[in-house]
Amino acid sequence: MTSPPDPVDQIRERISGYILSESTFRGEISFAVGVESIVECCSLLKNTLGFTYLVDVTVVDYLTVKFPRYEVVYLLHRFGENYEENLRIRLKVALEQDGPAIDSVTPVWSGANWLEREAYDMFGITFRGHPDPRRILMPEDYDQFPLRKDFDVRDRESSKRSFERALDEGLE
Amino acid sequence: MERVEIVTEELGTEPDGTRKHTMMLNMGPQHPSTHGVLRVVLYLDGEKVKEAVPHIGYLHRGIEKLCEDITYQKCLPYTDRMDYLASICNNIGFILAVEKLLGIEDEIPERAKVAEVIMFELGRIESHLIGIGANAMDLGAMTAFLFCFKERERIYEILEMVCGARLTTSYPRVGGLPMDLPEDFSDTIRNFLRIFPKTLNEIDGLLTRNKIWIDRTKGVAVISKEQAVDLGITGPILRGSGVPYDVRKAVPYLDYENYEFDIPVANEGDAYARYLCRMEEMRQSLRIIEQALDNLPDGPYIADLPDIVLPEKELVYTKMESLIRHFVLVYNGFETPPGEIYHAVENPKGELGYYIVSDGTGKPYRMRVRGPSFVNLQALPDMVKGGFVSDVVAAIGSIDIVLGEVDR
Amino acid sequence: MGVSSGPLLGGDGFLTTKISAVANWGRKNSLWPMAFGTACCAIEMMGTFSSRFDIARFGAETVRFSPRQADLMIVSGTITYKMASVCRRIYEQMPEPKWVIAMGSCTCGGGPFDSYAVVQGIDEFLPVDVYVGGCPPRPEALIDAVMKIQKKIDNEGPPIV
Repeated sequence: MTSPPDPVDQIRERISGYILSESTFRGEISFAVGVESIVECCSLLKNTLGFTYLVDVTVVDYLTVKFPRYEVVYLLHRFGENYEENLRIRLKVALEQDGPAIDSVTPVWSGANWLEREAYDMFGITFRGHPDPRRILMPEDYDQFPLRKDFDVRDRESSKRSFERALDEGLE
Repeated sequence: MERVEIVTEELGTEPDGTRKHTMMLNMGPQHPSTHGVLRVVLYLDGEKVKEAVPHIGYLHRGIEKLCEDITYQKCLPYTDRMDYLASICNNIGFILAVEKLLGIEDEIPERAKVAEVIMFELGRIESHLIGIGANAMDLGAMTAFLFCFKERERIYEILEMVCGARLTTSYPRVGGLPMDLPEDFSDTIRNFLRIFPKTLNEIDGLLTRNKIWIDRTKGVAVISKEQAVDLGITGPILRGSGVPYDVRKAVPYLDYENYEFDIPVANEGDAYARYLCRMEEMRQSLRIIEQALDNLPDGPYIADLPDIVLPEKELVYTKMESLIRHFVLVYNGFETPPGEIYHAVENPKGELGYYIVSDGTGKPYRMRVRGPSFVNLQALPDMVKGGFVSDVVAAIGSIDIVLGEVDR
Repeated sequence: MGVSSGPLLGGDGFLTTKISAVANWGRKNSLWPMAFGTACCAIEMMGTFSSRFDIARFGAETVRFSPRQADLMIVSGTITYKMASVCRRIYEQMPEPKWVIAMGSCTCGGGPFDSYAVVQGIDEFLPVDVYVGGCPPRPEALIDAVMKIQKKIDNEGPPIV
């Protein structure tokens, strides 16, 4: 008797052209994907393989730990038929230190909009083709990227500056 | 409506010569119905909303950055202050994530797990009470809000009895509970289980068939199933649009697969459907609490893991080794295996996920919080487009956002 | 304040006082709070206003969300730099005389959020009358703060207007 095929194997087979490497930790599988093929890979995963729900987009800054410095992380979820399968995979894309940029996946999942805006706000990663590439959490005239590892958590100078500017102008 | 600035922004002329106005209306960040500090800029054509642009970040406190500097145990109080309407759910979610990172899920004593389920569901009820109460108050039904808050005070009493705080609980610890449950724990909760359904019926009677409530919420702020999935929305909003996705069933944690409960789903996708889902979820939570109470075992309340769990206070005062261990654990934290995990729980508002990257030290290298309110709020522009200005208030209330979690 | 002889205010009795003293007495016992709630403390503030703790017993239940109709600003919850300019603007919109309660550790001194975005105490840009510590303070503490404001109004005497 043959056991039913492992869904992860099927996915691996379908997107094997995009995968650079993979790793598993505590039963969670991550695929590393090249920066140029992320949108293609995501459209394939969404449209053909049923990953309709984008859980999260986030960034990790490995300043001195790893090279290249940034890693954009996508968490995808597949409900499966009758919402019973609930399979999760993770995609990772490594980005260079200088002018980190990646194509936006907002055309694939519209939910990526704010998540990518937040990633830009906190890490300064440019999402090419994003419909609304503004800061989301920090004031629009803020000039730092707070979640980068070389930013001091207690550095309030930039915040103070934009506060004073806002006081002068009033609320728009 | 207060704190509203009216600016006539565009002036154009229609082909027939009438002048066209688009009015910009600024709502918030200080507005009674924005549940905190949300700011929405509305572009209006008369009474109709042409476009709504939410502006957030007025409560961005840098929790993710702050957590990178401190040990895992010390991150716990910050998680309270994200979704402060259900602090306990955030706490438990974080603890479960760290336990998963450490790989000690199997060593957590049964008593701790069952107690966490009870507390989690109390947190859900607590949050939905405010969600419904505040939504009703925004639409003018003050009584429902007061009824809801009365019950919330009862839950505060239980929380205070168990963890010593009303709102910001910081309750479980990695490995189990910080102290054993109080002696009258079961009795108090059974008492609550007896009283609460009555109030729930009262709230039900006040709202469910109330003509005004139905008029203000039915067919308002509609979001379709496809849109909701595409936007990544979770929680009662997604279930109100017809997707039966609930993390408790989909990716069970805390042995939720052993409890019998239903997931309420509605298909209309409007504010009224969400309200019905929340009401039913509270009833299901009561069911879960009842089953959990029946199965609450005796025995240890925290795992026997000397490298992770603080030693007992008595030993710290009498034994040198325990004292040293206590110091090391508090100063350096426990060592974690390098790696990264994502753990999600079904918060009252939706899927709350913690993505933790560990570099092997006692401090998280990166802690990302996937707040449900943050993602859910993205639906606001779609929900209110084409509707009336007054429906914006109903829409914001029915999304049930907590700005602490939106902005983190 | 002087009261005429005879039964207190009975019959034709009368009372002499200063307009400003009466106004002050009225002010003290009918504070109209402006609930500037941003975060967790706002929930405890809501608890103070609702049934169990019932701040109406102290004459301060008329919560206004418009600064122009209020004289007591309760700043409850973390104030970030992005919010600070709004907070200041709202304070400026309140008519005189006005008082400010800083509710919670965050407003008193930043609380646990010693970070790039959070103002370390609203007294950086607002004159605060009463500080309430706690994260969040219990409703009793907020009631105590309101009573302290009342005492302050009493002690200050008639306002200089």
